Amino acid sequence: MTTLAFASILIMSAMGYFIGRRRSLAIVNGERYRLHSRPVYHGAFVALWIGIPTTLFVLLWLLFQYSVIDSLLIGSMSADLTEGRSGEQVQLILNEVKSIAAGNFFNIPSPEIQDLANTYNALVAKFRWMLVASAIVIAAAILLFTLSRISDSFRARQGVEKVLDGVMIGCSLIAILTTLGIVVSLVVESLRFFSKVPFYEFLFGLNWEPQIPIREGQVAAEGAFGAIPVFTGTLLIAGISLLVAVPIGLLAAIYLTQYAKSRLRAFIKPLLEFLAGVPTVVYGFFAVLVVAPAMKEWGAGIGLDIAPNSAIAAGAVMGIMLIPFVSSLSDDAISAVPQSLTDSSLGLGATKGETILNILLPAALPGIIGGILLAASRAIGETMIVVMAAGLIATLTLNPFEAVTTVTVQIVTLLIGDTAFDNPKTLSAFALGLLLFIVTLFLNVIALRIVQKYREKYD
Amino acid sequence: MEPNMSTEYLDIANLENSNVEQGRPRSEAAETPDITLDTDLKFRARNIDVFYDTNQALFDVSLDIGDNAITALIGPSGCGKTTFLRCLNRMNDVIDICRVTGSVELDGDEIYTDKVDPVLLRARVGMVFQKPNPFPKSIFDNVAYGPKIHGLAADKTELEEIVVNSLKKAGLFDEVKDRLAEPGTGLSGGQQQRLCIARAIATQPEAILMDEPCSALDPIATARIEELMGELKESLAIVIVTHSMQQAARVSQRTAFFHLGTLVECGETEQIFTNPHDDRTQSYITGRIG
Repeated sequence: MTTLAFASILIMSAMGYFIGRRRSLAIVNGERYRLHSRPVYHGAFVALWIGIPTTLFVLLWLLFQYSVIDSLLIGSMSADLTEGRSGEQVQLILNEVKSIAAGNFFNIPSPEIQDLANTYNALVAKFRWMLVASAIVIAAAILLFTLSRISDSFRARQGVEKVLDGVMIGCSLIAILTTLGIVVSLVVESLRFFSKVPFYEFLFGLNWEPQIPIREGQVAAEGAFGAIPVFTGTLLIAGISLLVAVPIGLLAAIYLTQYAKSRLRAFIKPLLEFLAGVPTVVYGFFAVLVVAPAMKEWGAGIGLDIAPNSAIAAGAVMGIMLIPFVSSLSDDAISAVPQSLTDSSLGLGATKGETILNILLPAALPGIIGGILLAASRAIGETMIVVMAAGLIATLTLNPFEAVTTVTVQIVTLLIGDTAFDNPKTLSAFALGLLLFIVTLFLNVIALRIVQKYREKYD
Repeated sequence: MEPNMSTEYLDIANLENSNVEQGRPRSEAAETPDITLDTDLKFRARNIDVFYDTNQALFDVSLDIGDNAITALIGPSGCGKTTFLRCLNRMNDVIDICRVTGSVELDGDEIYTDKVDPVLLRARVGMVFQKPNPFPKSIFDNVAYGPKIHGLAADKTELEEIVVNSLKKAGLFDEVKDRLAEPGTGLSGGQQQRLCIARAIATQPEAILMDEPCSALDPIATARIEELMGELKESLAIVIVTHSMQQAARVSQRTAFFHLGTLVECGETEQIFTNPHDDRTQSYITGRIG
C-alpha cells in the first residue's frame, strides 16, 4: 500500500511534467521564444513541486501513523480492560493485540482482545487507504495551483534550480549532521566517563585494566583506566605497518610510473588496487593463522621469543593491506608532476634515477606525504586485523615481538557481551573512541591540507 | 641498404664543403642537403626514420646542421619537427614506444651507437622546452642542477662561479642576483625561460635544442630571448623549432621546412623565405597550408 502511495506520487509528478510543459506552450500558442523559461522547465517545476512535498507528506505520515493508531486503539479499549492498570501494562495489552492481529497466536485470545485485534486491523487498512487518497488529493491540489502560476513571464527555470539547490543542500546537511551527531554522542558519553574517572588519569595513566566489580561488595580489583599503554600499542602496530607499507608502496609507485612498460602497468596497477579490495577480515585470519605462527617459529629458530600475537605480525599484515593506499596515492602524485620537468632534467643529462631522486620525488613529496598520512590514519583506526591478530592485554612496551593491544581492540572487547551503560568500563570505550577520533581527524586534516596545497601548484 | 652509402655521404660532405653545385634532381634533396654550410658541421643526420609504435612520424630525413649558427625547423603542427629535434640528443629514447633508425653524427661521431650513453650526450646537447619549466627549487639550484650532477665544479666557489656565469650569459643575472635563493617558479614567464636557458648552458653544451621556446611568452620576452640566442650562437650551435615564421626569419641563418614527416626543403633562411624551391614551402610560408 505504501508502494501504491509512492507510485501514485510518481505518476502524478509525471503527469504534472507533461501537463505543465503543454500548458506553457499553449499559453504562448507554441511560440517558444515568448516564454521566459523553456517548456521543459515549466514541466519540471510542476513535477518537482508535486513530487517533493507529497513525498515528504507520505514519509511524515508513515512516521506517525502507528502512534496515532495506538492511541486510537487505547481510546477504544473498554474501561474494565484499562482500569487500574499502569501505562506499561496497557502497552503490554497493546502488544498482545498487535501480535494477534498479525496472526501469531500463543493461546486462544479472549473475545475482547480478539475484537481489539480486529479493530486494529481495520484501522491499519483504513489508514493505508487514507494515505493513498490524501497523497493523491494533495498532489492534485498542488498540480492545479502550480498550473495556475504558469505564464509567459513565469521564472520556471529559477524555480527548478532553487529546488535542486535545496535538494543538494539537504544531502550535504545529512552528511554533516550525522558526523556532528556522532561527535556529540561521543563527547557526551565521554563526559559521563570523565565524571567517574578523572581525565588526567585517562590521558596520562600507565595502566589499562578496565575491570570493575560486577556486583556491589564483590572483592575485585579496582579498574585502572590509563590510556597510554593502549595508545602506545596502537602507535607501535601502526608504525610497523607504515614501515612495511611506505617503502614498498612508494617503490612500487615509482616502478609503475617510471619504469614499467605501459602494457605491464595496465596489468599491475589494477592488480595492486585489487589488494585494497580484500576484506580486512581475510587479512586478519591470514595474520593469525599464517604470519604469526611463522614468525614465532622463525623467531625461535634464531633465539628470539616472539609472542604468538606479536605486534610485528599484526603490523606487517596491516602494512600489506596499506600498500595499495600508499602506492596509488603516490602514483597519482608522481603522475601529476609535469612531464616537462622530467624531460628537462633528462635533457640536462641527468639519469633516470637522478631525475627521480632530485626532481620527481621532491615535486611529488606533498602528495606522497598526504598519502602516507591517510594510510597512517587508516592504520590507527583499523580494527579487524588487530582484533584477530593483536593481543588483549595492554602492555606498555615498544618491543615489536611482544603482544600489545590497540584502541580499537579495546573498544571492541569493552562493548561486546553483556554490558551496562552506566559503569566506567563501558563508558571508557567512548573516551577511547573520542581520543581516537581526534587523533585520526588531526591526521586527516593535515593530510588534506598538504594534498590541497600541492594541487594548487600545478593546476 | 646500399653498401657504399657511407662513402657516398662522405663525398657529398666534401662536395658541400668545396662549394661545388650538385646537379642532383630535387627528389633526392632529403637525402643530400644541397646548401653549403658557411660554418663547420655540427650535426649530420642521415636517413632518419622515427616510429611511434607502428606510426611512422619521420620519413628518411637527412639534414646538416652547422656550428655557431641558428637552424630553424618550421612546418605545420604534427609535421615531425619536434620529433627530429629530439633525435639530436636522443630524447626520443625516453619514450618507450618510440623507435629511431638512421644515423646522427655529432662532430663526426655517431650518436646512435651503444658506445654513446645518451645521458652524457644530453649534457653536450642541451635542451630548452616549449613551456618554461624551472624545477621547483631555488634559482641557484635550478642552474646548479646540471653542473652538480656532472661534477663540473670542484667546490662551492667554483659552482657559484658557474651559476653566476650561466645566469649572466642568459642575461638574467642582474634581475635575480638578490634573490638567488628564491624559488625559480616565482619568476615571470620570460625570466623563467631565460632561467631554463641558463640551466641548459650551465653544463657547457656544444649545442642547444629549443622546442618553441617563445610560444608561451609575450613579444617583449620573446625579443629578449631572440637577442640572447644571437649572442649564444657565437659559442654553440642552436636548433630551434618554431611556429612563428617571423621568428625563423629574424633569428636563423638556415631554415628547414618539414611537412607530413618529411623534410621538404632546407636552405639559407633568406632563400627559403624569398625564393623557396618547393611549392609546399611556398604555400606554407604564404599561409596557405599549416
